[in-house]
Amino acid sequence: MIKKEMIAMLLAGGQGSRLGVLTAKMAKPAVAFGGKYRIIDFPLSNCINSGVDTVGVLTQYQPLRLNSHIGIGIPWDLDRNIGGVTVLPPYERLSSSEWYTGTANAIYQNLEYMESYHPEYVLILSADHIYKMDYEQMLEFHKEKGAEVTIAVMSVPREEAGRFGIMTVDDRNKIFRFEEKPANPQSSLASMGIYIFNWRTLRRALLAMAGQPALDFGRHVIPYFLRKGAPMYAYEFNGYWKDVGTLQSYWEANMELIDIVPEFNLYEEYWKVYTKSEIQPPQYFSADSVVERSIIGEGTDIYGKVYNSVIGCGVTIGRNTVVRDSIVMNNTRTGDDCELYRAIVAEEVRLGNHVRLGIGEEAENDTAPHIYNHGFVTVGEKSVIPNGITVGKNTVIFGVTTGADYADHALPGGKSLIKAGEQQ
Amino acid sequence: MRAIGIILAGGNNRRMRELSQRRAVCAMPIAGSYRSIDFTLSNMSNSHIQKVAVLTQYNASSLHDHLSSSKWWDFGRKQGGLFTFTPAVTAQNGNWYRGTADAIYQNLDFLKSSHEPYVVVASGDGVYKLDFNKMLEFHVERKADITVVCRDMEEGADLERYGTVRLNEESRIEEFEEKPLCAKSDVISCGIYILRRRQLIEMIEKCAEEDRYDFVRDILIRYKDVRRIYGYKIRDYWRNIASVEDYYRTNMDFLKPEVRTFFFKQYPDIYSKVDDLAPAKYNPGASVRNSLVSSGCIVNGVVENSVIFKKSYIGNSCVIKNSIILNDVYIGNNTCIENCIVESHSTIRADSHYVGEDGHIRIVVERNERYTM
Repeated sequence: MIKKEMIAMLLAGGQGSRLGVLTAKMAKPAVAFGGKYRIIDFPLSNCINSGVDTVGVLTQYQPLRLNSHIGIGIPWDLDRNIGGVTVLPPYERLSSSEWYTGTANAIYQNLEYMESYHPEYVLILSADHIYKMDYEQMLEFHKEKGAEVTIAVMSVPREEAGRFGIMTVDDRNKIFRFEEKPANPQSSLASMGIYIFNWRTLRRALLAMAGQPALDFGRHVIPYFLRKGAPMYAYEFNGYWKDVGTLQSYWEANMELIDIVPEFNLYEEYWKVYTKSEIQPPQYFSADSVVERSIIGEGTDIYGKVYNSVIGCGVTIGRNTVVRDSIVMNNTRTGDDCELYRAIVAEEVRLGNHVRLGIGEEAENDTAPHIYNHGFVTVGEKSVIPNGITVGKNTVIFGVTTGADYADHALPGGKSLIKAGEQQ
Repeated sequence: MRAIGIILAGGNNRRMRELSQRRAVCAMPIAGSYRSIDFTLSNMSNSHIQKVAVLTQYNASSLHDHLSSSKWWDFGRKQGGLFTFTPAVTAQNGNWYRGTADAIYQNLDFLKSSHEPYVVVASGDGVYKLDFNKMLEFHVERKADITVVCRDMEEGADLERYGTVRLNEESRIEEFEEKPLCAKSDVISCGIYILRRRQLIEMIEKCAEEDRYDFVRDILIRYKDVRRIYGYKIRDYWRNIASVEDYYRTNMDFLKPEVRTFFFKQYPDIYSKVDDLAPAKYNPGASVRNSLVSSGCIVNGVVENSVIFKKSYIGNSCVIKNSIILNDVYIGNNTCIENCIVESHSTIRADSHYVGEDGHIRIVVERNERYTM
């Protein structure tokens, strides 16, 4: 008989719309992070490092990149005879087929998958946070407390508490109040979206609430257990945990990696973060290159100058090109004499010569000011920017652009140039 | 492909000086992120050879560690796979491998139990790219008994340490000399052969009966007039690691754009074991020029014309010039290293000076003084 004490269900179907064009062609968990990683590498590595070797990854939005990244799970040692990683997309049924309509609905639709491992506990994770966490310790806490549900929480500043699901606990850490995005938070303990459930408890609850449209953990499942008075405990986490839901927080989290002693340390011997490495050669620096306060991935050739930046694998930075405070993802090539300031350049982008990104005054973005702000220039994957183009701040470019798309060889601050569907 | 592979990886070489004390030559780190055997393994994998034996003997723990999983070269298959054979005491045999032919003889069951008609035999210390399918085509077309990969050496090359051959106009080998004092030809054998599996078994068994143990001396040279032995010339990059000077020069070759393009940018790729190291990090004060740096490194100082292997730490105000720093080296602050090869896992204390000479590279081996868990 197959039996696993705890299996993990990783919610990776979300779009992450506030990352703008970065998630136009891939789900948020597949977005590159920290030079060589993708966001999903962090929870997947946490799983295997915590001894959880059975992981269901629930995908829905733009899953191709995620599927090819995960494959059969070799980089995370999740290629197992029994268990390992399984990608779980929504599927058609005899009656009432539907997409995953909510986080808990997605889990509900995969009861059969979980059932087949006869687990005692199910760990629910979301695949869009950067952190290192030992789920085994959380499980110990769960057992010790005799809990049916344990929710990982961390303390956040009161003024930010309104953005999270906030728990109020007694002196034994038992949760007695839960408010989703409260106006007047009663506590500063925010849910991290990491849950351990007793399998039988979870199964019963999901079946009982199956009819609820858009069944969601925060909005429906947790209140359901509170109403029933089930033993539900908060497990406090004190390490580094970063939500990278906006361009600003995504950029900040990347930049924190280049601090001299980063708070989130990738160089530790234990608790490694694993990823699929397609590119293996070393990096090359030309005789007139400059590099300072940066991290750089494998196989990258630097002919220009790089300051305060995070550069991915297989990138080429051309001669006399200056990259400052920017993120450049895998396999992107810049021409010579370019300038990049606060640019977020996605994968496989081609920049011509004399391309200048992030020049001039800030202006509010004309299409999505809530996404493209803080002076960033965001360039979507596989975009092309021809020679001699100057691009302002709070701008976005996506697609194969030619000189004809720019007036006076420039895209002024705050403008968007999206030719999606045409990029090849 | 209709061939199996045998990689001869048992050798040691005194000309590698201190570097050979730690590991077999085939496990020598190359070009920042590879080991020398990766090139032959990748060539075999890319030529769709499915079954490969690596024959190891001298100080093989580093090599075995590198080969502990076959998945990196895509040999983790149900059909075929990657086999490592070290000398084993049996009822019939209590010897080490007494030579390359003897090494194959002691593992003759591997050859006998295969069904592919051809065998590629290659030494594991070459740095090159080669499609064995094209070589096999040549072999079949010439109706050769043995095909030997050959290469013209540039003028002034030290031919004394190679086997030199002379080819006639249809590429048949007329003369074969092993390590000639006075070479009659500047064409050398690269130590890579194709021959029929049945024929190899026959020749190796005959050798063993006559107490002969060396593949080159006792098969190639001895049979060159009675069997059809052909030379298959390659023109692309090829080096083998046989001395400290070769080793230094081969690594420095990777600073040239054409060499990097040939190995890293052109199809097919070279594969190696994945180490899951973080991206290399450059702190204020770092300055890196004309150098290769691998993942997991943290650089705080100046690096020029050097190759830095994986997971090395270079302290503040260090100057590293014309040097090779192998894996996991810690270099303390204010250290100057010039024309050196620093052995892996060395801990270099702060304020040290290690200076070799251009032409006589200094090898630095220091104890690992770091606390490890």
